[in-house]
Amino acid sequence: MKGKVLQISALALILALLCTAAAAESGAGAGQKERLKISTTTSLYDTGLLEEMEKIFEEMYNVDVHTVSGGTGIAIQYGVRGDVDLILVHDVVRERNFIDEGHGLSRSCFAYNYFIIVGPKDDPAGIAGMKAPEAMKTIMEQGMESPGLVRFVSRGDDSGTHAREKLLWKAAGLDYEEVRSSGRWYVDAGKGMGPTLLMASELAGYTLCDTSTFEAFRGDLALVPLIEEDETLLNVYAAIPVSPAVHPAVNCEMAVKFVNLLVSEVGQDLIAEYGTDTIGKPLFKAARGDCDLIGCSGDECAMPLAEGACSLAAA
Amino acid sequence: MDEIGAGFVRAMELILTLDPAVVEITVRSLLIAVASTAIATTIAVPAGGLLHFHNFWGKRAIINIIQTLYSLPTVTVGLLVFLLLSRSGPLGGFGLLFTPGGMVVGQTILIVPIMTGLTIAALSGITDQVRDSAISLGASKRQAIFTIMVEARAAMMAAVLLGFGRALSEVGVAMMIGGNIQGYTRVLTTAIALETSRGDIEFSMALGIILVSISLIVNLLVNRVQGRWWT
Repeated sequence: MKGKVLQISALALILALLCTAAAAESGAGAGQKERLKISTTTSLYDTGLLEEMEKIFEEMYNVDVHTVSGGTGIAIQYGVRGDVDLILVHDVVRERNFIDEGHGLSRSCFAYNYFIIVGPKDDPAGIAGMKAPEAMKTIMEQGMESPGLVRFVSRGDDSGTHAREKLLWKAAGLDYEEVRSSGRWYVDAGKGMGPTLLMASELAGYTLCDTSTFEAFRGDLALVPLIEEDETLLNVYAAIPVSPAVHPAVNCEMAVKFVNLLVSEVGQDLIAEYGTDTIGKPLFKAARGDCDLIGCSGDECAMPLAEGACSLAAA
Repeated sequence: MDEIGAGFVRAMELILTLDPAVVEITVRSLLIAVASTAIATTIAVPAGGLLHFHNFWGKRAIINIIQTLYSLPTVTVGLLVFLLLSRSGPLGGFGLLFTPGGMVVGQTILIVPIMTGLTIAALSGITDQVRDSAISLGASKRQAIFTIMVEARAAMMAAVLLGFGRALSEVGVAMMIGGNIQGYTRVLTTAIALETSRGDIEFSMALGIILVSISLIVNLLVNRVQGRWWT
């Protein structure tokens, strides 16, 4: 009897708590602006580019842009679950899966740069000047020979950068699972890009990195870029609105408007210039005009989406 | 050492000049933790009272479970509440993921066990003599319970403050449920995690100093209400 009373009162309290919280949220939202939720890969967020873009967008429309930053893995996962309206990521394989599975409306390439392989100045494995896959293979061979001297630090967090690392091992004719368990030269950090760089610097190891994060951290690092602008290191950022067909609650209209800002003249100009005044050179390149180079088809590449795309998808 | 020293100086500057970003994040952290603690108190104190004053089958087991949940890792609660509140989860319709309201739900779940357990401990700390003398003075059972609760108020206050401290300093729920959205769900702990990964060590240190200071104040308050001051 007493146990029942306890159970029922506990349940009632939890329900009351949920309703209060929900009421408070919708109450706060009623007299307020619309909300656009974006999940983004850390490199776009940590460099501050997205913040600039948000400011422009919030001036254009009466909307609050709320950005959740994480690796590409979790950013896509939020989209799959319908928890965000738009994803900004950089892993073409998983992007295509996301769309094929019906979660995404369409893919728009809006920016790119190159991954770089960075390492200690004295380059103990001697990879400078090599092609990326060859360099990775060399790091592994040297690492297995002298694990105290040559190390590779991996993100190990299913991010877009981590996905690219796996592709590079594959391009070198190696099996990722074998590589990662082949000795203590391979350090599985399980961290974001910034912390991974700091770790590689402390361990005097090599790592794969996006240019923008490397530039942001350069001053704190005892690392230098050893391989740059290699075509196997191309890093393309794409925006995908979450499809209202699967998740009716998403704010698809606003997501489409945000994509259209990214690919507009204003957005592309901002991307092409961003970083010039802080570090002296742009951190990203605009996607427009470089469609063939970055492997995005014509309608994926810096093209505005139709206003009616959402209702069409939902129907 | 230079880095820590310079960081400390910059941190103090940010705090003493009431840097708007620092103030905003601090105020939000306090509001969310206060809300969580208030709701958790209305759950934990009656629940602790029920568990203490009534005997029923399985009581010991429930208390054991509550005590186990004291050290519930915050990321576990974060993950659980994330799965519940996500649009694809059973409570997705409330739309609470990535909102301060969602964070309050998560933090409440996190601190209810420890507050309930400490309430029980507080009530157990009042000897049977108090109850017996209350009853011998003609108090009804209800009045006796009230007397014990009044006697235990200091220890129960400590339970509330400890719950508040845990809510304020946890990072798992805040990060996974709040999403660390600037100007909306960014609190002290998630801001420290972000700014550190961004490389802004001074800002992180400023927030860290504030967090430690608040914890210190809360701890002093706990000692104060328990009648101890510096001892």
